Amino acid sequence: MRLAISPPSDSAVRKSLYMKLVEATVVYAVLFFFALLVGIPFLYMFTGSFKTNGQLFSWPVNLLAPEPTMNNYERLLSGEEIPYLQQMGNSVIIAVSQSALTLLFASMVGWGFAKYEFRGKTFLTIFLLFTFAIPFQVTLVPLFQMIVRLGLLDSFLGVILPSSVSAFGAFFMRQAMVSIPQELLDAGRIDGASEWGLFWRIGIPLSRGALSILCVLVFLTAWNDYLWPLIVLRTPEKFTYPVGLATLKGLYKIEYGMILGGAFIATLPIVLIFVAGRNQILDNLTIGAVKQ
Amino acid sequence: MFGRGRKIAPYLFISPFFIGYAIFFLYPVIQSLQLSFYRQVGLTNPPRFIGVDNYVRLVTKDDLFIKALTNTTYYALGSILIIVPLALLLALILHSPRLRFREFFRFLYFTPNITAGVVVGIIFGLVFEEQYGLINNLLLAPLGVDNVRWLREARWVMPAVILLGAWKWTGINAIYFMVGLQNIPPELKEAARVDGATRWQVFWHVTLPLLRPILAFVLTIAIIGSYNLFAEPAILVGLEGGPNNAGMTMTMYLYTRGFRELKMGYASAIGYSLAVIILVLSVIQLILIRAFRED
Repeated sequence: MRLAISPPSDSAVRKSLYMKLVEATVVYAVLFFFALLVGIPFLYMFTGSFKTNGQLFSWPVNLLAPEPTMNNYERLLSGEEIPYLQQMGNSVIIAVSQSALTLLFASMVGWGFAKYEFRGKTFLTIFLLFTFAIPFQVTLVPLFQMIVRLGLLDSFLGVILPSSVSAFGAFFMRQAMVSIPQELLDAGRIDGASEWGLFWRIGIPLSRGALSILCVLVFLTAWNDYLWPLIVLRTPEKFTYPVGLATLKGLYKIEYGMILGGAFIATLPIVLIFVAGRNQILDNLTIGAVKQ
Repeated sequence: MFGRGRKIAPYLFISPFFIGYAIFFLYPVIQSLQLSFYRQVGLTNPPRFIGVDNYVRLVTKDDLFIKALTNTTYYALGSILIIVPLALLLALILHSPRLRFREFFRFLYFTPNITAGVVVGIIFGLVFEEQYGLINNLLLAPLGVDNVRWLREARWVMPAVILLGAWKWTGINAIYFMVGLQNIPPELKEAARVDGATRWQVFWHVTLPLLRPILAFVLTIAIIGSYNLFAEPAILVGLEGGPNNAGMTMTMYLYTRGFRELKMGYASAIGYSLAVIILVLSVIQLILIRAFRED
């Protein structure tokens, strides 16, 4: 082992200070450069929503909107091309119901696995782990046929139900609930609480943090999903906003600013939710990664 | 509701999930396997058993399937080669002590990941626009590079989709690597430094080997994500994949065959091929990571 015994000389200190300054400059330059790469497309979406096609498709490219027009938003929200407000409302209904159902199923099954011993538990755990690896594309065709047979084509229920059983959610809630102390449950039982009461009054309140994270993740997935709503929903009045935006992009001769406006007002609420809960979410997003 | 029956309570707790799981996942998984051995076009026509014909046709006669497979693999390799080093670099920078605005940068880099695929596709339609797009005008023109026909020319479509993927996924992967870095005990690095190792040596011989579990996780997610790719290219170049189907991914191909042409049996066979490919790739990748460990 080598140990530095003599104190560093004056010039060495100055040199290392200089190196530190250079290093800091490089570090912040890199971070700033990537911030621009990430941020400029968002900025362009926002400013572009206040531009006409003529302003968007002209030289030189301007990242700002010097002569903003509200025309895009007026036309989009008036519903003359597509019922966009209704489509965003549909997205809200679907994402909220899907989150609620997923949370209920996942917390119940998570509680069952975390707090009880029962026959078949090991088998079911392993079984779930194995089937978890099967990609969802495999299920698309039979699911679609099932939805048609059940008369759920072009209905919200047809979008919501198949997405509400999340094996990931089940594992996630089991992990969160397994650390709830057994003594609390024993005390509850002595006080005469029912098994459901233990779940509802102890299990749920004590895993609020995990539930809120799962809720955000499920809501986000549902809010952003395109493929399954595209398969199930058939009329513009039933579309979710991504399906609606996609039809808008397919229209011939459309103001691109209108599409950007729709994209912007659908993205804003999500970003705001994440700004509000960013640290909790970002720190816990990686639970799956850490537990590996 | 559950009384005091501790014996049956667990079954009552787990049954809503497992009933739903059986109906909406397990049954379709089995049904799909069966359907992949049948020819069924449309919803009402009776299915006809044809054995492995669907699979044989996919592999030997269906050029578009091979194209979708090639495109998707191209995307997987290209995006991983860009995303993993960049994410690691950003994680190392963001992990360095005394960094200011760390939370700000971390959040900003993460935002593309919570943006809907359709929205990303819409934005990048303008990013890659040939004459008035951001890349050609703001990045390439100052370097003296002529306009690239990103979405108009077959050979540029996949590079465009790969860049889009890098934009969307680098941030979240940087966050995964940051978690990995936080889990490395600082004493290990200090010990190496005391022994006279340079920073590069510490990174190469201490940090990187200890990041292997995170790397395995990142690669697995990236492989699965690549074969799930649908909304972004579908919006960027259309469901047929643009010029010469250059942007057609596996999931887009499954969608067009299954839900545009209603070829139910054939689409099921595509789905199962996809599953096998993802499984094989994940296993290969895990074996490779393990092989590095024994070095």
